[in-house]
Amino acid sequence: MFPRIVYESFRRQARRKLLAGIAITLGVAVATAMIAVATDIGDKINRELRSYGANLVVTPQEDTLDVEVGGVNLKPPSDGAFLNEADLPKIRGTFWHHNIVGFSPMLPATIKLGNGSDAKDVTLVGTYFNKALSFGKEDFTTGVRITHPWWKVSCGDGKESPNCGWPDDNSQNILVGERLAAKLVKKPGDTLEISGRQLTISGILSTGAAEDDQIVSPLALAQQILGKPGAVRRLYVSALTKPPDALSVRDPKTMTPEVYDRWYCSPYVESIAYQLQEVIPHSHAEQIRQVAQNEGTVLSRIKGLMLLVTLAALLASALAVSAAMATAIYERRVEVGLMKALGAGDLAVSAIFFAEALLLALVGGIAGFSAGALLARQIGRSIFHSQISIEPVLFPVILAIAVFVTFAGSAAAIRRAVKFDPVFALRGEG
Amino acid sequence: MSTIPGTLLTPKQVADRRVQSPHTSMFARMLLRAAVLRRRRAASALLAMVVAAAVATTMMNLYVDVQAKLRTEFRNYGANVVIVGKDGQSLPADALAKVESVLGAKTLAVPFSYAVARTKDGQSVVVVGTDFARARQLNHWWKVSHWPDAPNEALIGMRAASVVSPNRQPFELTFQGKAIQLAPAGMLQTGAGEDSRIYLDQSAFQNWTGVAPSTIEVAANGTAAEVEASIRQLAPLLPAADIRPVRQIMEGEANVLNKTRATIYASATLVVLTSALCVLATLIGWVFDRRRDFAIMKALGASERLINGFFAAEAAALGVVGAILGFFIGIGVAAWIGRVNFHAPVVPRFSVFPYVLAGSVAVALISAILPIELLRRVQPAIILRGE
Repeated sequence: MFPRIVYESFRRQARRKLLAGIAITLGVAVATAMIAVATDIGDKINRELRSYGANLVVTPQEDTLDVEVGGVNLKPPSDGAFLNEADLPKIRGTFWHHNIVGFSPMLPATIKLGNGSDAKDVTLVGTYFNKALSFGKEDFTTGVRITHPWWKVSCGDGKESPNCGWPDDNSQNILVGERLAAKLVKKPGDTLEISGRQLTISGILSTGAAEDDQIVSPLALAQQILGKPGAVRRLYVSALTKPPDALSVRDPKTMTPEVYDRWYCSPYVESIAYQLQEVIPHSHAEQIRQVAQNEGTVLSRIKGLMLLVTLAALLASALAVSAAMATAIYERRVEVGLMKALGAGDLAVSAIFFAEALLLALVGGIAGFSAGALLARQIGRSIFHSQISIEPVLFPVILAIAVFVTFAGSAAAIRRAVKFDPVFALRGEG
Repeated sequence: MSTIPGTLLTPKQVADRRVQSPHTSMFARMLLRAAVLRRRRAASALLAMVVAAAVATTMMNLYVDVQAKLRTEFRNYGANVVIVGKDGQSLPADALAKVESVLGAKTLAVPFSYAVARTKDGQSVVVVGTDFARARQLNHWWKVSHWPDAPNEALIGMRAASVVSPNRQPFELTFQGKAIQLAPAGMLQTGAGEDSRIYLDQSAFQNWTGVAPSTIEVAANGTAAEVEASIRQLAPLLPAADIRPVRQIMEGEANVLNKTRATIYASATLVVLTSALCVLATLIGWVFDRRRDFAIMKALGASERLINGFFAAEAAALGVVGAILGFFIGIGVAAWIGRVNFHAPVVPRFSVFPYVLAGSVAVALISAILPIELLRRVQPAIILRGE
């Protein structure tokens, strides 16, 4: 009898059930989408924050002081120590290599432009643009195009052309900073004589910083000019990190082994710096505080905001589901009156309603979860241009929440419907 | 209904009132009694309305305010505009005053002057003169053990310290033959170029080297367009200087801000839609429930317009009351979120109110008219018989 009542109720009141089902589906869809977006937003914003550039810098341990004023390097080029270029791919072997978005080596050299008396000192920086490297079996590319996304290469007159652009990492082509190019009256395709070499300008570089007055070349070229093969002065590393907390700022030397393991296995900027020092011999890795310190704050603010918005979304969907359920049950008082007049107990009547609610919640929950997953994907694709992945573990959680909210929303209405005097209900009063 | 004392009315107006007044009063009484007699159902409908309006207000307030809040966070990244003397020249003495007058008081502008000095053993080191109070506000990320408070005290970069003053002893620097004795006040750690420099108070620096500031770093508030406008405004005032935005900071900020704003916008839309749905479900139930009132009115000869008007007025009243209550609750919640998340309250935006009000009334009207349209087709007798 019980299954039949439930079955007939769905068959005969298909429209009403559909309405309640739609409310549950929409509520669950919004909740799923919001939870998915909120759990993924940290990672997404973290990647967006990488557009501020590298957050770690690796320098040789025994380096002398930088003497640089207004982008002009006054330090003698052979002075100080260097890192070894051959060590760089080892960065892919660190514990947190998946969190390392990219790295760019830098090798500044001071060169003379022009002849005789009007010769002047200009800084030439060797780096990777989009260099193909391999570590073990893994092939990857890295360079300033990843770590310095605000660097723009143009043809100098604002026009795009296939003839100018980023130089190849294995070429002898160079980029000239926009202010320097204006001073020298050079455009892409022209050649520039540097240390006896004729180098072709492949593009005009605009960065809004010191590089606008400099020349940027492939690393190998700068090493040849300096006569120091394999030398790297500085290495910028862009890594996805976790906001700092009480553990991150502790000195690893004073930690107990368990705490040390936890610290080492958390992507703090400090522990990534520590691991970079481990793989690159005689190096000193340090966070660039301007980028590293601020991104933690921005990240936690945005995550906190999304958490609160998600709570609001959950509240709103819970209310919508309960409102729909309450309405659906309230309309069926006559039915309850009839059942009670025929001798059904409060328990039996409630059981029918709860069974119906359970069915609705399950169907609505499954439909809503799929719709919510699609919605989250759409949000991820249109805002972040990347996938928002939904953890499969979310599915049972969402389903449980859907059942719970539907029950909670129905409970008050069911109690009222059951308590209602059958006489009044059947006479249509109330 | 009597005329209000003290108001003068023409006989015709008085007559008109007599004709209208019982009618309006009956209408008002019906509205009031409907709310009082079924207060539980009315209360639950109102509750749904209030919650929806509160959620919508919170979301709109947050959406409008979150950009301003995040911009303040982004200003912690430091200067977004740099003013540099052309070809390394010093800036005119009144440059800082000009910058401040154009950009307003809320903008932070910090002068920097640079010189290369020599240590006792002949090493070159960059010495910078600046205004410590301002630099401290601009560069929040500088990790400083102790800020200098006397003119001959210097702030020493981590790497410079190992060269000039490894044991934190006083040291001597020379610039073009002029020597100065300095005491290290604290250490500076930034992970960037600052680590190899020594920072001095601007006046002490200028007395020693005679070099005036060549760079002003500015943290300008506002959107990218506003900052660009300020730069254009400044350019003719300082012809001897290059004024340029710091692209690294500006582009990073624009990027993160746009993405966050879009996410909040999408979420807010979803939340507001869901709460509208909640109101719709509750109100439709409420009106549907009163089909007997509807049938009695119709049986007693009420016109369709009157009935529609009655239910519409009821829904509108509910929408207005719900919007007002919800608006104030929503402002409270938004302020609370601001305090919890940004440590600064979200400023209430009363400009949001018309939207909340219009939205609430519209949703209420839709949810009243939908069931009425359905009921209109049914004979009153059928409803009254309870079928």
